[in-house]
Amino acid sequence: MAGVLVYIETDKDRVAPISFELLGLARQLTEQLGGSVEALVAAADPEPLVAELAGADVVVSVQSPALAAYTPEAHQAVLVEAIRSREPQAVLVGYTSAGLDLAAGSATATDRPVVGYCVGLAVDQGELVADSQLYGGKLVATTRTRPPAVFSVVSGSFPEAAGRSGGRGERVVMDPPDALNHLRTRLVGTSSGGDGAIDITKAERIVSVGRGIGGPDNIEVAEEFAAALGAELGASRPVVDSGWLPKERQVGKSGMTVKPKLYVAVGISGAPEHLEGMQGAGLIIAINTDPNAPIFQVAGYGTTCDLFDLLPALSEQLKAAG
Amino acid sequence: MTEIEKERIHEEEHLVFEGMDISGHWNRMFEQRVVWEHDVSALDRVTEIPGAESLAYCYQCGKCTPACPVDHVGDYSPRKIYRRTQLGADLVSSPDLWLCTTCGNCLRVCPKEVNLLKIMPAVREQAVAAGNVPPELQKAFENTFQYGNPMGEPARKRADWVADAGAPVTVLSRDPRPVDVLFFVECYWAYHPRGRDAARAFARTMEILGIDWGILGSEEKCSCDSQRAAGERGLFEMVAEQNIATLKRYQFTRLVTPDPHAYNSFRNQYPKLGGVYDVTHYTQFLAPLMAKLPWVRELPYRVTFHDPCYLGRHNGEYDAPREMIRQIPGLEFVEMFRCKENGYCCGGGGGGMWLDSFSGNHTKERLSERRVREAVETGAEMLVVCCPYEVSRFEDAVKSTGNEGKLLVRDVIELVDEALH
Amino acid sequence: MHIAVILKQVPDLVEEVEVDASGAGIDRDSVKWKLNEFDDHALEQAVLIKESTGGEVTALALDGDGVDQLLYAALARGADRALKVPTSDERTDAPRIAAALAPVLREMAPDLVLTGVQAADDLHGQLGPILATSLDWPHVSVVSGVEVSGAAVQVQQEYSGGRMATLEVQLPAVLGVQAATRPPRYVPISRLRQIMASAQIGEAAAAGEAAALGSTVTRLAPPAQGAGAQMWEGKPEEIAQQLLDVLRERGLLGA
Repeated sequence: MAGVLVYIETDKDRVAPISFELLGLARQLTEQLGGSVEALVAAADPEPLVAELAGADVVVSVQSPALAAYTPEAHQAVLVEAIRSREPQAVLVGYTSAGLDLAAGSATATDRPVVGYCVGLAVDQGELVADSQLYGGKLVATTRTRPPAVFSVVSGSFPEAAGRSGGRGERVVMDPPDALNHLRTRLVGTSSGGDGAIDITKAERIVSVGRGIGGPDNIEVAEEFAAALGAELGASRPVVDSGWLPKERQVGKSGMTVKPKLYVAVGISGAPEHLEGMQGAGLIIAINTDPNAPIFQVAGYGTTCDLFDLLPALSEQLKAAG
Repeated sequence: MTEIEKERIHEEEHLVFEGMDISGHWNRMFEQRVVWEHDVSALDRVTEIPGAESLAYCYQCGKCTPACPVDHVGDYSPRKIYRRTQLGADLVSSPDLWLCTTCGNCLRVCPKEVNLLKIMPAVREQAVAAGNVPPELQKAFENTFQYGNPMGEPARKRADWVADAGAPVTVLSRDPRPVDVLFFVECYWAYHPRGRDAARAFARTMEILGIDWGILGSEEKCSCDSQRAAGERGLFEMVAEQNIATLKRYQFTRLVTPDPHAYNSFRNQYPKLGGVYDVTHYTQFLAPLMAKLPWVRELPYRVTFHDPCYLGRHNGEYDAPREMIRQIPGLEFVEMFRCKENGYCCGGGGGGMWLDSFSGNHTKERLSERRVREAVETGAEMLVVCCPYEVSRFEDAVKSTGNEGKLLVRDVIELVDEALH
Repeated sequence: MHIAVILKQVPDLVEEVEVDASGAGIDRDSVKWKLNEFDDHALEQAVLIKESTGGEVTALALDGDGVDQLLYAALARGADRALKVPTSDERTDAPRIAAALAPVLREMAPDLVLTGVQAADDLHGQLGPILATSLDWPHVSVVSGVEVSGAAVQVQQEYSGGRMATLEVQLPAVLGVQAATRPPRYVPISRLRQIMASAQIGEAAAAGEAAALGSTVTRLAPPAQGAGAQMWEGKPEEIAQQLLDVLRERGLLGA
């Protein structure tokens, strides 16, 4: 049995940061589990990606024109094939869109248990012990799983640096699985989203609103504060899904990753999917009436003052200060 | 109008009847109004809705237009709604449908008893059924269904204000026992920070009066009177049935509530569903007890008072809050020119509480802003209210009209509490 | 076009979620349950597809407390049929639901299965991919728009950074919906009550057996309190003052 297999994700034809996190984690796990750190690259042209994977002991590559673009079906077929042939003790997949597609599906196909939303993963007495964020980050579940198993890991949970080097750099070329000849899913087109008119990723200050804002009519209160502060308006996913603010303003896993100098989270509870998109901010200030909201764990400053009292007071003092 | 009726009407050039000259040439009333040549099916569609029949009675005298608070900040009144509908506008999909605050001032002056208090809920019900609800109002409906309050606050926090009340409050859901007064707190006193201030002041006053009272706590749900007026009758009925079932489990002599909308509900709507209570508004309950209170200070304020539509026009109570103000030592009272039966509206009724941005897009200013300017004009330094919707509405309006520092907004119970401590 | 929508209740996170005496599960009695919000979007998407291209929508859920209410609400929202699937154990994890539903869906043979992309408690994997893999149907997660084109659907899949792909998937397929093309519609309570008085909820004959999870929750607890935020208290004006003082000190005010 091999050690730990990491599914390599790409972002703009480069290895995505989450994959380096996973390689670093895999290194830690193999110290206990034994075996190698293996990286699975599925692409039409794997070579440039392989070159980036100095942190893997074995790079398993699959080359096929059917892998030119990401589709869940093709990538699951490849991952399943790799799990069957490499028989890793643990499979690591990022908790990303691809991870949502692949972790549970490949676990089902290979009859392995899957544990999602991992923010911590270690080996104890031959078992894999994971900490997972559940209920929007309000509770953490600790699980014990006998290998082999599949884990999907929240990005930002492990350092990237550890996964960038230290591997043996062996190569294994795997034949494309037959399923790639019978795909029922094909890519029609891609878009970068939005018309570029709004780009919150460049903003130095962001005032972001969450579900606590209550309704579309109340956005105004936050807009006014953002304007007085010279900040861009951001939003959490529920606010965007409800149509209260446009998609281009969404911060978090399925939205933008932002690193402003100041991030004011207004009525945002701080689900892991949101934290992922903003925890690199210089200063985080959280306003939420629920003192147990996970956002306070990542914020530098916080208050449970009602946003409808605090924001007008802030706007006013800012205006008064000129 | 049919052709036959049209033919019966003809004009006599000269006609003297019983000594009176009723010649047709000067009496144009004998001629058919031009409007009957038009297609009036849009009006028929509205007046066919059960509850909305009385819109057809309108003969466009226009008495409602100056009485309507919305017309003062926009282009709106029952007569205008009638006319637009008569000319073919579809009321169900028109913004006009959501601007009425069901304040009831039009009905007071209408010689034909065109009853917007029935028309609006009935027609809105059609819009709600078609899924055509302004999003902010939809959110309030969904929250009421899910959490029992329009703000979407957790039910378990409904009695949180009690902890800092500074007086014991029996929460019947935790500590069931028979009480004299069951106090129905309602959502804005239970959750809104300024409402909670008033709730705590009320608790301290009840303690001083030595009254045996309690609240339902987390089991209480919104009375839903405003949701009903906003067109969600089904939601009203469901939650009202839940409240009636809850109230049935407790022993109490009478029901007291600070919310005129809840008061209206318990007085006029719940009995139809089998919930019959001896209910009073807190001002009605407290006014006769004011003489017993051990005042410790005079309040040197010049105050004016805003009549809640659902206490005044809807239920005829104008005196109780004024009596309370009269008895609080030190206050100087001045009326606004629009008061009592002709009182202006804060804009919160009939669902207006949850339509602020919608109404804002269709009017020049908020009703609350206009009312605050009227209050400032009296020279009063304080606007006294006795409806939970109003403190936050008027405080916002004080800020948005630039009158901060000139006018304070206080619930009448806050003044009682201040004079007692 | 026959669309099956799978619905599930999750704890309402607006309310407190408490841990039970075992320390490894939630206190199910104190929890307030609500429809998983992603399932809510899946249901809306199904009804939108039905409205634009015709067809019928069947709502399915694993049987349990409050499930009737959930399914009545789905009927009021526009589902044509509601079906609950009996279950022999207490598990509500995604592998359990998938095992119960796979045989039902195989027999029902819908063209399309929609469900929420994830749920706040699906620790052991998401339902969509597990179910699709069991049925050997293609699947796509994080879907934010579906259009029918012949024997296939075109779906929008979202990635981080606001990137999107349009994928064409042959039917039958399973989609994990992130957001419907339009926010979920409002259902008047009168219609809901009418449905509750008149509509029938069907019951599937047999549920599939579920294999053991192979993973055990040993502990469930609030996150360890890290350094956390320094909390400001007081009146809104005072807090505003403190907040702006911090921004001023750090040079985060002004242009």
